[in-house]
Amino acid sequence: METVTATKKKKKEKPVPFDYSNYIRKGKLPHIWCPGCGHGIVLKCMLRAIAETGRPNDDFALVSGIGCSSRTPGYVNFNTLHTLHGRALAFATGLKMAKPNLKVIVTTGDGDALAIGGNHFIHTCRRNLDIVIMVYNNFIYGMTSGQFSPTTLPGMIATTSRYGNIDPPFDVCKMAEAAGATFVARGTAYHYGELEKILHEAIMHKGTAVIDIIDSCPTYYGRFNKFKSPADMMEKIEKEGTVSVKQADSLPPEKLEGKLLRGVLHKKERPEYTEGYAKLIEKAGGKIVSSRQ
Amino acid sequence: MSDKKKKFMQGNEACSEGALYAGSRFYAGYPITPSTEVAEILSVRLPKIGGVFMQMEDEIASICAIIGASLGGAKSLTATSGPGFSLMQEGLGFACIAEIPCVIINVMRSGPSTGFPTGPSQSDVMQAKWGTHGDHPSVVLTPATVQEIFYETVRAFNLAEIYRTPVIVLYDEIIGHMREAITLPEPGEVEVIERKKPTCKPEEYKPYAQSNGTIAPLAAYGEGYKFHVTGLYHAEDGFPTNNTKLIGEANERIVNKINKNVDKICINEEYYLDDAEIGVVAYGVSSKSAKFAVKEMRKKGVKAGLLRPKTIWPFPDKAVNKLAKQVKAILVPEMNLGQVYYEVERASRGQCEVKGIFKVDTEAIHPNQIIEEIEKFA
Repeated sequence: METVTATKKKKKEKPVPFDYSNYIRKGKLPHIWCPGCGHGIVLKCMLRAIAETGRPNDDFALVSGIGCSSRTPGYVNFNTLHTLHGRALAFATGLKMAKPNLKVIVTTGDGDALAIGGNHFIHTCRRNLDIVIMVYNNFIYGMTSGQFSPTTLPGMIATTSRYGNIDPPFDVCKMAEAAGATFVARGTAYHYGELEKILHEAIMHKGTAVIDIIDSCPTYYGRFNKFKSPADMMEKIEKEGTVSVKQADSLPPEKLEGKLLRGVLHKKERPEYTEGYAKLIEKAGGKIVSSRQ
Repeated sequence: MSDKKKKFMQGNEACSEGALYAGSRFYAGYPITPSTEVAEILSVRLPKIGGVFMQMEDEIASICAIIGASLGGAKSLTATSGPGFSLMQEGLGFACIAEIPCVIINVMRSGPSTGFPTGPSQSDVMQAKWGTHGDHPSVVLTPATVQEIFYETVRAFNLAEIYRTPVIVLYDEIIGHMREAITLPEPGEVEVIERKKPTCKPEEYKPYAQSNGTIAPLAAYGEGYKFHVTGLYHAEDGFPTNNTKLIGEANERIVNKINKNVDKICINEEYYLDDAEIGVVAYGVSSKSAKFAVKEMRKKGVKAGLLRPKTIWPFPDKAVNKLAKQVKAILVPEMNLGQVYYEVERASRGQCEVKGIFKVDTEAIHPNQIIEEIEKFA
């Protein structure tokens, strides 16, 4: 108990006030997300992680596809691009290659990134292009009112899996690592402090960074699957359903069963694509044109 | 013009030269017959001048990447053929509603589906107009020679910048692979339009501002303007709107910015039209046969004439209507089962007979086929 109190005291010392007005666009709130949705917490973590870089807003481009999470760019004061369902990474690739100095962050959902956008997801990871991919993973298509997605767990109820889902889910992190992403991590909206740190590390990383963000959709996934409340859902899925990589080391295998690992799961040095392309230009005898600075 | 600039090259090569001349520094594409040479050539040429060539995972990604690059300030293009063009329709619609300049080269092959990949056709004319869903602007250019592919590719980039819209260059496998003599102009000889950038303060910038039909300048990301772009209907500031009045106005505006400038966008070649009694309306490769047929007919004293649209969309209604007033009949040879034919019939308003000469066996329409039809009206 003493240790817990000590940690709490330590946390209180951290300066809490944070001026969001530099990051939230004036007059663009309230957002469209439902009460109890975790997307707002993820947004907060992202903005704080960006602020910690000390870089001006104009250095960042936020690109998204279609879905609840893809509405994020509209609310924030950066260069923002809200594109087509599944295609955010393809747009982001063109933008990043045209303007390599922009830090490009893609906000996407489980359906957007892994179903309709699955091909772009694996190929972006393969190239190791310097893009941060934030997958707001709430196991459901929220915007179209609750169909099962590529991360919905077996047996779960959705509007298109009334008898229980039989589709096996993707593991976002394993898929990203296998495809070649050089920074792979998992966080949750519940563990917001940890998520902020992970996102900051992802932004500072040079290469494709994928963060599987476990999030909750109480309106559909929660209601269909008999969670008592949004808070109950967060506790069961995000708190009890995950364990940090650090804790996992000291836990017996049976305690880890059915739990998702949180934290930085994979980090590797590998040539980044825009740097590789700069070398290619040099090899071809060209010079970087000023518009690409 | 110096002789050293005179070259012998194929259409796809001329297209690549045109793109570079127009200042394009970004290509993203996916290999597909019969357009692949454009990608191969640009993969060598672009890095030499600091540009970017990206081979994407598919054609959907390709068009999205060129739109993304355009928002980064680069004049960008992709090249494809029927099956790839089908996949690009989604991105094309986005570029229309978000008003992002870009150029799409479609070297037409036999379809539908995989069809006959190395066989030419002119069957994507309607897809180029209506392929993406919703009412949208369409600017489609149809060059007929290797030299013209060069010029029309440059013009495509210019129109894309002037009207902030995607522009399609549509030609067929025959011209794409055919070699002809071409003179490459010196820099400055052919007009190249650069993108209009905003000069206002960032907080005052409205990427979709409209007043008296003017088109707002497009800022590039990362240059201080921090604006929002979406495929949703949006207000002047670029942010989504549910206001039905604004939605209606926005849709009309993106279509009208082209429709109200038809006279500036439509360019036609007229060949022996002044005293023509029998008209031929032909574009692309079929116009080569048509021109030959008209010339042969004139030798025999038959008053035939050719109207050749270099811009197929927006459709040259006025020119066709004028021709219909003048002639007994209009023949429309095309390598499909009737696409431009119906447009000619519509624009003719019943003033003369309109007859199609269609061919889909992937062989070019022979001049004799057109001659035979002209003789029937002579």
